[in-house]
Amino acid sequence: MTPSIDITIGEVAATLVLVAVAAAVSLYRRTELEGDLGLAVVRSFLQLTAIGFVIQAIFDSDSLWLVAALLGVMVAFGTFTARRRARAVPAAALPIALALSVAASVTLGLVLALGVFQPEPQFIVPVGGMVIGNAMTTSAVALNRLADEVRSHARQLEATLALGATARQAAHGLVTRSLRSGMIPLIDSTKTAGIVFFPGTMVGMLLAGAEPTDAVRLQIILLWSLLGSVALSAVLATGLGYRSFFTRAQQLREPIAEAR
Amino acid sequence: MFELERLSASRGGELVLHELTATIEPGATAVLGPSGSGKSTLLRLLNRLADPDSGTVRFHGRDVRELDVLDLRRRVGLVPQLPAPLPGTVAENVRAGPALCGREADVARTLELAGLDPAYAERDSERLSVGEQQRLMLARALALEPDVLLLDEPTSALDEAARDGVERTIRGLVERPGTSTVLVTHDRAQARRLSQRTIELRAGRLAVGAAEPVASP
Repeated sequence: MTPSIDITIGEVAATLVLVAVAAAVSLYRRTELEGDLGLAVVRSFLQLTAIGFVIQAIFDSDSLWLVAALLGVMVAFGTFTARRRARAVPAAALPIALALSVAASVTLGLVLALGVFQPEPQFIVPVGGMVIGNAMTTSAVALNRLADEVRSHARQLEATLALGATARQAAHGLVTRSLRSGMIPLIDSTKTAGIVFFPGTMVGMLLAGAEPTDAVRLQIILLWSLLGSVALSAVLATGLGYRSFFTRAQQLREPIAEAR
Repeated sequence: MFELERLSASRGGELVLHELTATIEPGATAVLGPSGSGKSTLLRLLNRLADPDSGTVRFHGRDVRELDVLDLRRRVGLVPQLPAPLPGTVAENVRAGPALCGREADVARTLELAGLDPAYAERDSERLSVGEQQRLMLARALALEPDVLLLDEPTSALDEAARDGVERTIRGLVERPGTSTVLVTHDRAQARRLSQRTIELRAGRLAVGAAEPVASP
């Protein structure tokens, strides 16, 4: 097990100097980001502190029900956030919620069944959080791309529907391209891990004093698991999301049809 | 062939067809009217790319909403106003429609019918001129051997020479027995050249003095 390290509030406060650098840059170049920066600092402090207490309580209780409840809350917030980002997709909430919950349960189920992690809150909570967070970003990226694709190919879509294609057949190419755009960022960062950047888990473990080989192994497990979960969430989000652009009568919905 | 009964339809929240009642007989019909008069919307109701707010479209006596929509679209083909070829070769575009229902297309014959040289079959569809692409749209619709061909201002994006060529092809199709055409146009002379009957729309209604579809001279 990783040895734990003590971090004092003073050490946390010291890093505000770097935040001050960011604020100085913003003021100097008039980017008007100081407000956002301040909000980001306050929110990250409050949210992370709160989740720290929640996780501590869950670890102390050792209840898998509480773990499941926490993951459920994460899925709900993730759905809400991704839904806001993919605003151009009508009725995207259900596809996103399904994408996040299936990605989380299948990925966790597999890593537990394969014996990679023990079914204990200490493993399920951080891995689940990571899976849901990545699934959220992926779903939002893929759905946004899908909306762009549908809008820019509206004429072609209608022309294909006019040939007697179903919505599914007409949208096939677009859905594939959106799926790709959701999956590519993680594949790329997995390719460059260790060269261009050090992923977070590895950094955390090294800082906590773990053996570098252990840190690397855990990081590889997480990256490879995320590849699967990201693919699952993207395929579900796009595979269900495209339907909301069409009616049951295989028509392109307004206002997309108007923009032909 | 088509009976339109008190059709009202909107586009972008604006009513573009007001309680339109008309009959479209087999043969060559033109729907004439200025832009914004609801012509293109009407065409989209015939193959159910859109549904009316109220009223009924009947095809050979049956409400189009009762028909299998995919089958309806194969029987009532559409040539769009602006060409929208699929990525791939000319032949792939021609085969696309029939392939969707497990049929094979006679590419060479279909291209000839649409006035395209069969030697174009292996060309990249996106590299054709706009006029050639519009003929490809004709070929793609014809490949399904439809009973009716809906033509949505098929020459509006073309220059004069290309327009004359496409018109010649459409005239050939109109004179061919078996396929009916419904041509949407704002050009009265074109309507006269390419149709036997004209339905004239103004602001979503039958134009005054044309309460019934009128035969053009």
